Order: sequence, then C-alpha cells, then structure tokens
Amino acid sequence: MSANMLEVKDLHAYYGKSHVLQGVDFKVGRGEIVSLLGRNGVGRSTTCKAIMGLVAPHGTIEFDGESVAGLKSHQVARRGIGYVPEDRLIFSGLTTRENLEMGAKKVGAKTGWSLQDAYELFPRLSERADVKADLLSGGEQQMLTMCRTLMGDPKLIMIDEPTEGLAPQIVSQVGDFLLAIADKGISVLLVEQRLSIAMRVSHRVYVMGHGRIVFEGTPADLEADDSVRREWLEV
Amino acid sequence: MRPTLSHFAVAGSPVMLESIVFSVLNGLLYGMLLFMLASGLTLIFGMMGVLNFAHASFYMLGAYCAYTISSYTNFWVALILAPLFVGFLGALTERFGLRNVHKHGHVAELLLTFGLVYVIDELVVLIWGQIPVNYAIPPSLDFTLFTLFGTSFPAYRAFILFVAIAMFGAIYLLLVRTRVGMIIRAALSHPEMVGALGHDVPRIFTLVFAFGTGLAGLAGVMAGNYYITEPGMAFSMGPIVFVVVVFGGLGSLGGALAASLIIGLVTTFAVSLNYSIADLLAAVGLGLDGANIAGGLAHIDLSRIGQMLPYLMMVLILIFRPRGLMGARES
Ligand SMILES: Nc1ncnc2c1ncn2[C@@H]1O[C@H](COP(=O)(O)OP(=O)(O)O)[C@@H](O)[C@H]1O
Ligand SMILES: [Mg+2]
Repeated sequence: MSANMLEVKDLHAYYGKSHVLQGVDFKVGRGEIVSLLGRNGVGRSTTCKAIMGLVAPHGTIEFDGESVAGLKSHQVARRGIGYVPEDRLIFSGLTTRENLEMGAKKVGAKTGWSLQDAYELFPRLSERADVKADLLSGGEQQMLTMCRTLMGDPKLIMIDEPTEGLAPQIVSQVGDFLLAIADKGISVLLVEQRLSIAMRVSHRVYVMGHGRIVFEGTPADLEADDSVRREWLEV
Repeated sequence: MRPTLSHFAVAGSPVMLESIVFSVLNGLLYGMLLFMLASGLTLIFGMMGVLNFAHASFYMLGAYCAYTISSYTNFWVALILAPLFVGFLGALTERFGLRNVHKHGHVAELLLTFGLVYVIDELVVLIWGQIPVNYAIPPSLDFTLFTLFGTSFPAYRAFILFVAIAMFGAIYLLLVRTRVGMIIRAALSHPEMVGALGHDVPRIFTLVFAFGTGLAGLAGVMAGNYYITEPGMAFSMGPIVFVVVVFGGLGSLGGALAASLIIGLVTTFAVSLNYSIADLLAAVGLGLDGANIAGGLAHIDLSRIGQMLPYLMMVLILIFRPRGLMGARES
C-alpha cells in the first residue's frame, strides 16, 4: 500500500496550443486535507480536470498506487476519485434526491455515504428532497454537489472553489463539512482562493502560479511567508 | 353540378363539423407519427449535441425491413423485429461511426450522418429497387372502425394512434421512473458530470442512439404501409421532423410532443381548410363556370401555404424564441 493517496508528477495540459499546466507536482496523503491555492487563471481547475480525465493529461498521475492518467473520467471515478466541479453542474431537470442518487455508482450499492447521512448533515436537503435542484439557493447547491459526489464513496475528493460566492456563515459550514469527511478517512484536495478556510482546515497547502507549484508547506509556513503571499496570492 | 339552395343549407354545418372532427383525428395521427421520429432525434441531440441527419433514413429502413420480414412471416413479427433490427443498426452507427469521429467535433459528426443519408438511400434502391414496394396494411387491421357523417375511419389509423400513445407512455415511464432514465435526463444537462460521477457515458450514448433510431424504425413500420414505402420516403419525412425538433426546442421531449401535435394539426387543417373553402366557393356558385380562375387561385394559394406553414413557423420561432417552445439551450 502506497503512503500517498494521490501523487501527481510533472503534469502538463493544453487547451489547443495554449500550454496551461507546465509541470505540476504534488501529493495528497491518506486522510489528509491538502489545499491548492492561487489566483484566478493559474491552472488549479485544469489540474482537477486533468486528474479526472476531462482534459487530456500528460505526465504521471498515481492514485492509490496505480496510474490513472489516460483513463476515461468514469473509470477514474470508479477507481475512487470524487470530483466536485467549480461550476457545481447541478442536474437542473432532476430533484434534489435524484441528484444525490446520481452520485451512487450502482443501485442500492452499500456505500459509506447514504441519503440519510446527507440529510442528517444538511437537513435543508431533506426538506427540499423533492424540489427541482435548480430552485435551491447557491449554498444549498454547494452542499448538494458535495453530498452527490460523496454518494459514490470516494477515497479522495477534489473540491473546486466550494466557497465562491457564499455568505460567511455558510463558508464556515463548508469548513466543518470538510473536517467531518476527513474524519471518516477520506482524503481531500481543496482548491481555493479564500485563504481563511484553507488555513483553518488544511494539513498542508500548495500555492500555484502560472501552471506550476510555487510553494509547498504547512498553513503555518505560509502564514510566516509574507513574500509568497504577496507575490502569488494577494490581489 | 350546380348546387341548389337546399344542398348549400345541408352542406353548411355537418360538412364543417365532419371536416373538423376528421382533421383533428388525422392531425393527431400525423402528429403522433412525427413525434415517434422527433422524440428519438431530440433525445439524441439533447445528449450528444448531434443532429442526426440520417434519422429519417432509419425510419425508411424500418418500413423496408418490415416489408421484407412480413413477406416471410407476418406484420406482427415485423412490428417487433424491424424496430429492433433498425435500433441495432443505430447502435453500430454510434459505436463505430460517431464515437470515432467524436473527437473531431460536432461538424464531423454532422457530416457523418449527412453522408449516411445517401449511403442508406443508395442501399435501399440497390436492395429493394426504385419503385415502391407492396408493403400493405395487415388484413386483420384492414377494416372500417366507424363511420361518421358518411366518412369512414380505418382501424389501422386507430392502431397507429394506439401504438404511438403507448410508445409515449413507455418513454415517459422509462425516463421518469427508471434509473437509466434518470441518468439519461441528467446527461441531457451535463454529460461530462455524469461521467465524472462514474457512469459510462459513451455506453449511454450508444443506448440512446439505438433507442432513438429504433423508435424511428417503429415509425417506419407503422407509416410505411399507411403511406407508401418507396426510396423517397426519407427525403419527404426528414425536413419536417427537423422542423418539429427545432420548433419544440432542441433536446426537449415535452417540446417535441407539443410541436409534433401542433404541426400535425396545423398542416392537416391547412389542407382540409383548403378543401372546405373550395367547397364553399363552389357552393356559393363560384364553382366551375365563370369564376373558375378565382377558385383555382384560392385553391393553389392555400395548399401552398399549408405546405409552407411548418417551415415558416420554424423561421419565426428561430427569430423570436431561438430556444424553441421548451428547449433548454440557445442554438
Ligand atoms: N476551456 C478552456 N479553453 C481554453 N482556455 C482555458 C479553458 N479553461 C481554462 N482556460 C485557461 O487556462 C488557464 C487556467 O485556467 P483554470 O485552470 O480554470 O484556472 P484556475 O482554476 O486556477 O482559476 C486560464 O488562463 C484560462 O483562461
Ligand atoms: Mg478555477
């Protein structure tokens, strides 16, 4: 058993001729919460998409000791990587409950996460179970996408900017949620722009700039490093 | 024959009523046939973003296969086997054609289905010849169901309506009540997310394509003997189905149903209105004699308009409501 859940080495990705990822390296350990920080447009979302097989990856992606580079996205998902995209991609024609059921890979499969777990954690989802999901508020939709992905019983979950556009008290709810799932032994890769939540929940943080990693350390290391924050994070 | 005053009085209301009742029935019938084709086409588009130009060609294949199968066995066997066979051909088309050109974008996919139209056309002529084949309504359904105001309503028309409605119910239940249906509905909005949740989207595409072309095949089985089974049938059905799907909103099943019925009724009424106005003109004395020319003009204009109406409706809806009646996306 490999020590790392996810290990990415020298990852490159392209949109047409534009070379967006230029050799990204990072690791996520078992049960670890790792944040990938950086300004808009540095390639954090593309990193997630390349891991998921939604953008063609060039380089090494090892998950749980096996290569997943070049697999189709449903195969990557079946290996145990869960993905919560930035734009949430709620299935608008489906109800809240159906959206959650879409996360389960098989009917009635025994998963670490059930509808009941989701409803317990977010009672709002249970109240709105039979409502069309596009009628939910932004915060509710964010809870829904995270729970939807958990229904597939991932070993690692990648969450892309979950707090974008959310009110402060909901941001703190998202933070609690991340800690709760890490408690269950699920590894978390959190993509963020908001420093506060990343500093609160992460074991380690990476900072990205221009398609590669420019800083690696603990939240305390980043706290101490004014120059990195000024050059790569503050707007 | 010059109509008498009493003839006119009799002709006034019952003829109008008869024409309305039969136009509604025939309009519904035509609309449901359109829907059998449009539902598959719109589902395929909604999921894959591919407008399958060859959809009506699969409809034609359904009719020809039913002709051949029923000549060896009977209509009922053909009713089951022909759509299955056409659906199988659809699955092959998706699996070995569309899926391979998918990476080159939608234009390549579109061109592939466009080429397929001509390939299927030539194959049909090669196998079954230029002239219409004798694909007839089965004797067990070849009788008059009822007679209203002296006009008879054939049982086969009722059968088509019945099959179309049953098919609509089946699609509805499949989409709303089953897990496969739920995955298909989800893939209508975000196919890449469905894949990222671990569902084999390419396989679902093949399934939907096979299902859609199978439905087109079923429509061919039902319509081939009601109309005529001949090599031109794909070309005569293709554009109107396209219109229905655009009018209803690309990717929307509810929209396809509404548009099918609207266009079915509108075209049927345009034709019957045409006849009844000609009747009316004849009845008031503008018949065969002096006003021949005026009557002729009215006749030609109205039937032309009837033919043109669906296309005009498509153009107007594209201008004023680009996403169609119920479509989700622009374009
Ligand atoms: N679909 C796309 N096509 C072309 N360029 C893209 C696409 N998506 C993102 N990009 C570009 O790639 C770069 C990295 O984007 P992204 O990974 O979304 O950054 P981040 O998530 O860090 O904000 C940006 O310059 C962006 O403009
Ligand atoms: Mg992003």
